[in-house]
Amino acid sequence: MYTQALDTHGREPAPGAAEPAAQRFQARIDADEKIEPKDWMPEAYRQTLVRQIAQHAHSEIVGMLPEGNWITRAPSLRRKAVLIAKVQDEGGHGMYLYSAAETLGVERAELIEQLLAGTAKYSSIFNYPTLTWADVGAIGWLVDGAAIMNQIPICRCSYGPYARAMVRICKEESFHQRQGFEIMLTLARGSPAQQAMAQDALNRWWWPSLMMFGPSDADSRHTAQSMRWKIKRFSNDELRQKFIDVTVPQAQFLGLVIPDPQLRFNAATEHFETGPIDWSEFQAVLKGNGPCNRERLEARRAAHEAGAWVRAAAAAHAAKQQRRSAA
Amino acid sequence: MSDTRTPRPDWPLYEVFIRSRAGLEHKHVGSLHAADARMAIEHARDVYTRRMEGVSLWVVPAAQITASDPAEADALFEPARDKAYRHPTFYSIPDEVKNL
Amino acid sequence: MSAAPSHPAALEQARLQFVLRLGDTSLVLAQRLGAWVGHGPALEEDLGLANLALDLLGQARLLLSYAGELEGTGRDEDALAFLRDAPEFRNLTLAEQPNGDFGHTIVRQWLIDAWQLEVYGGLERSSDARLAAIAGKALKETRYHYRFSSGWLVRLGDGTDESHARAQAALEALWRFTDELFSPDEAEALLATAGIAPDLGELRSAWVARIEADLLAATLRRPQAAHYPWYGKRGVHTEHLGHLLAEMQHLPRTFPGVQW
Repeated sequence: MYTQALDTHGREPAPGAAEPAAQRFQARIDADEKIEPKDWMPEAYRQTLVRQIAQHAHSEIVGMLPEGNWITRAPSLRRKAVLIAKVQDEGGHGMYLYSAAETLGVERAELIEQLLAGTAKYSSIFNYPTLTWADVGAIGWLVDGAAIMNQIPICRCSYGPYARAMVRICKEESFHQRQGFEIMLTLARGSPAQQAMAQDALNRWWWPSLMMFGPSDADSRHTAQSMRWKIKRFSNDELRQKFIDVTVPQAQFLGLVIPDPQLRFNAATEHFETGPIDWSEFQAVLKGNGPCNRERLEARRAAHEAGAWVRAAAAAHAAKQQRRSAA
Repeated sequence: MSDTRTPRPDWPLYEVFIRSRAGLEHKHVGSLHAADARMAIEHARDVYTRRMEGVSLWVVPAAQITASDPAEADALFEPARDKAYRHPTFYSIPDEVKNL
Repeated sequence: MSAAPSHPAALEQARLQFVLRLGDTSLVLAQRLGAWVGHGPALEEDLGLANLALDLLGQARLLLSYAGELEGTGRDEDALAFLRDAPEFRNLTLAEQPNGDFGHTIVRQWLIDAWQLEVYGGLERSSDARLAAIAGKALKETRYHYRFSSGWLVRLGDGTDESHARAQAALEALWRFTDELFSPDEAEALLATAGIAPDLGELRSAWVARIEADLLAATLRRPQAAHYPWYGKRGVHTEHLGHLLAEMQHLPRTFPGVQW
């Protein structure tokens, strides 16, 4: 769900190394054929996909934490149920994506180990804290909204298992954004304290949501290669612009103010233009210096380590059952 | 926690097939990890059928699946392509003849 | 839904208490399970535990809505869930016990799942059509919950030495709360006579048989009976419930009278 194309490039093919196999492969891609697990593929294609799909999967799993934080404090039983269902979906999405990554010859246990060791990346957005109930609404509205922008094009990516996982994810995602917006709407129409809560959440989540799309890839040759392989279908800037154009009117409907004094509508281009994005914050968060990076990884490590005896017990029991039925 | 230990292996991988409605066949929907077959059914149910998508589940250890080798795709599948006489459109029947 | 026939006040009071007992037990258990999401021992178990929480929450909502109607003072499911203090809660004491480790959570779940199987099973024949309908739906969910929890009980009990020790320890810690499950009080006796609720005392042996079969498969020892009486069903709880409610009820109590 949260593909920021963070360092997803595999090794570049050597210039002039246009072997027949690579040419045939590119021809298949150009013809919109799907590449399936056992098909021949350039090693760089495989590595790029493993990294991109894994980052996406890690993002879903880590993404369970900021929202899971409010399950025990949801302010109505209906909201509690919806939030549990949403977070459960995110876990499921992580699972679909790990499954897709595993078709490329990597083990899930290895990917998870990379995440817990801090060597794998996941979407920067989940390193921000959820401080109020309104944050839950803001995440559904803005973060899921941004994710949907990213994900829909990937439903048509060239690698079959990834595309199919994305189709499944997009179908399930549709309620996520609606539940978030509904929360914001209820708050925006509520008491002054609730309105203030909603505005405060928008103030804190707007810019990080824009950063979810990643920096401008105008200069990136890796983007060009990913586009040629139909792993990436639109540029970061294109997707970010689409998100802004769609979301600003929604904020206006809510009666909330986007925290950007330079935001303006350009009648000539028919796009909303924003002020400058602080990419130094993005880089800091990516490097591990965001507000919650430490806490997110510690929570995942703690769960993994606390669960080791449980996983071992299940494996031991299964082995005992096998020995008994063989005897 | 050491940085260089090899991860303890995960539970084995299972492939999941779901019949979403009576009358349809089981379709492959993805994979999951489970320690045993009973757990695999529960995981498949919890992961893949939350939205009423199933009336029947099959789970198969991935290691039990034999797949055709893509390198042999030509030998396995190409010969069927030029046997158009297996398809009804190969035959021209005058329009006036009914029920053929 | 039919209008309530004119029963004596004691029976109506008993009916209300009973519905609250069922609803509060499901609510408190759902609240406990909700805390696991994102922290489970495997991704698949996160989804499994979330599924249990959602089912139980659904039961709680149906039961508390019904309780609010029976009470007739205008309290809905949220008013009951978020604005009652601990002494007004009627959940089984077992349900409010902390999550502890996964073994603790599984043992607590399994004991209550086996209880719900008997109670919902009996309620399917209730003369109270609303309760019968809720029980019929809940029973299907509970069968799956019991499959999940008993399956894990066996894996943990008959897994590794460590898992066996942890499961046994959880049993020792939680067994003392099981007396309350099938000890009917005057309210429950009244309801049994009226055909509204099953006779809890009569259900005990079925529950015990099931529990003992599972313990055998799990190679676990049934703990010594402990006879301390617990009264969660009557609003006398352990210290745990206060903390659980403080967390759960914080927002509606801080911002009273608003929509969420």
